[in-house]
Amino acid sequence: MAHILSVRNLHVQFTLRGRKLHALRGIDLDVEDGESLAIVGESGSGKSVLNKNFIGLLDQNGSVTDGEIRYYGMGDKLRHYPGAGVDENGSYIDLAQFKKNEDWLRIRGSEICMIPQDPMTSLNPLKTIGWQIAEALMLHRGMKGKMAYEETIRILEDVRIDNPKRRYKQYPHELSGGMRQRVVIAIAMACNPRILICDEPTTALDVTIQAQVLHLLRELKEKYNLTIIFITHDLGVVANVADRVAVMYAGDIIEIGLVNEIFYDPRHPYTWALLSSLPQLGHRGEELYAIQGTPPNLFKEVRGDAFAARNPNALVIDSLQQPPYFDITPTHRAKTWLLDERAPKMEAPKQIGKIRSLGHPSAPADAGKEAEHADA
Amino acid sequence: MQTRETILSVKGLQVAFGHGRNRFYAVKNASFDIFKGETFGIVGESGSGKTTIGRAIIRVYPATAGSILFHGEEITGRLPKSRRRDLTNQIQMIFQDPMASLNERAKIDYIVSEGLLGRGIPREEVRERVDQALRDVGLLPEFASRFPHEFSGGQRQRIGIARALVMNPEFIIADEPISALDVSIRAQVLNLMSHLQREHGLTYLFISHDLSVMRFICDRIAVIHKGDIVEMADTESLFAHPLHPYTRALLSAIPQPNPEMEKHKRLEIYDPSCHHYEIDVPGWNEVENGHWLRANKQELEKALEMLQRS
Repeated sequence: MAHILSVRNLHVQFTLRGRKLHALRGIDLDVEDGESLAIVGESGSGKSVLNKNFIGLLDQNGSVTDGEIRYYGMGDKLRHYPGAGVDENGSYIDLAQFKKNEDWLRIRGSEICMIPQDPMTSLNPLKTIGWQIAEALMLHRGMKGKMAYEETIRILEDVRIDNPKRRYKQYPHELSGGMRQRVVIAIAMACNPRILICDEPTTALDVTIQAQVLHLLRELKEKYNLTIIFITHDLGVVANVADRVAVMYAGDIIEIGLVNEIFYDPRHPYTWALLSSLPQLGHRGEELYAIQGTPPNLFKEVRGDAFAARNPNALVIDSLQQPPYFDITPTHRAKTWLLDERAPKMEAPKQIGKIRSLGHPSAPADAGKEAEHADA
Repeated sequence: MQTRETILSVKGLQVAFGHGRNRFYAVKNASFDIFKGETFGIVGESGSGKTTIGRAIIRVYPATAGSILFHGEEITGRLPKSRRRDLTNQIQMIFQDPMASLNERAKIDYIVSEGLLGRGIPREEVRERVDQALRDVGLLPEFASRFPHEFSGGQRQRIGIARALVMNPEFIIADEPISALDVSIRAQVLNLMSHLQREHGLTYLFISHDLSVMRFICDRIAVIHKGDIVEMADTESLFAHPLHPYTRALLSAIPQPNPEMEKHKRLEIYDPSCHHYEIDVPGWNEVENGHWLRANKQELEKALEMLQRS
């Protein structure tokens, strides 16, 4: 598959009260056209900062200090721009060199679009939802009047909102949380983007609604060949929607691989810890695995493996030298010294082995479905 | 099971808001018993009335009908002041969002001790109890002189728990205590809660929309939908034989961290119009030992049949 976005050695720093916070520490990431990539990490790991770089919404006190973000989706259209160039993947534009808001207007919305976390606060309460979707059509696709109205109705149907003609005239407060999230998705879809960034799209929603919204996003991805980047802290949600998973810790991607590789064969101790702490893997009456300590302070320079301080089985070298990426398969790589040939053999925690059997028909959790089958 | 001591008993609870045409029944008819030392879960989507039940128990919302008995004594309606004070000691609450539920302008010392003030407790004893509560939740007593903004989300939730614990309660209502927390911190708080339960012999009412967490922590679960409890059972039998279509929809929506299974997942969507309650009115039936179901006669037969087969 072709790359659509390629991040090379990206460093982002924030200036806070005269001190420098090193939020992203050399990110390398390729996003392929038409895939869905999940970026997983704790709060403060830099997953949102990374994605804000793609649409130029970095806070005022933050800046890219090094690295490139190559976007291939525009073809030759912007070849006069300072950041434009050609490499083996085709013509690209370097988003890290964008300075002015006018530059970003060519990317934001029409090329890369973001769905914010909370649908309750991201809609304008004074405008009908139809108007808010039509506004995106007018601004980004130059539609007017009847044409914009009809397209809005079509998009509302697309995101599975029933009775779109009536909904067009309704205000956000008349809709439930799940419906509002669909409207927000509709606004994003109205811009006809190539890449859709979903920042925790379902954390504010109920479990049932969450499953429906994820299903909708998957449908839209198939229909429009969208590239979707999910940002989330919950690995439990990721299994459903992602083709690939990148695990972030302390401003760096410490492990990346296909979804099956991350869930069935994780290699980094932090990925182990994240997976083991899922309540789905716990047993009632037993302790749930919990990661001790707190993430490192990014005001200071991180030496060695950033997770070493919280890892009870850290090696000596973990606190001295930062591990490079070790390839496990062509699609799966991790930054941990455990993969070095000189490292001692370390087994993944036993909970990881249980993942394969989770939700399996023989497990009690799914007996209900079985009964349903028999019923039908 | 019937021999266990009942600590809280809710009978035909109804909570309504508004008047006349605007009258809205948040909880229509809820009945359940909570036994001493167990963790009882209420699960439902937003707007189902699960939080309202919790608030009715701590007397924030008045019950419009039905009764709530704590150790066999009525705790709804008008009560003498001394009785209300005792209840505050015995029933405490942990809130959802630790970022919003702590007073930003007060020090931890005051936040935790507030419930003890004005009760004629000597200052040294208050001090001691605050220190003890902080130590119980894994914080240092030195933290008492700091402000909430100096703490991380997980630590703040610990402070929220310490605030409940300092009253030496028997019964704690935890309203979505971990929904606002990161996954890695969730595990810490869940472990702390079960540790405190063993140590202090606490009984929990755990309110959440997340069945995967419920399965881990609860002994029994009640499923609530639009103000009606539709099913109640031991955690394992609820997961093994979910009978009500709404319970099945909830179970099918739990995200599993298993990509292979998730790809072939079939979502069930609950449609309330599948019930025909106009003539055949639903009742609250015990289908097997400790497993209750809201169903009419026709549905009950079907459910019993389904149980026998499995």
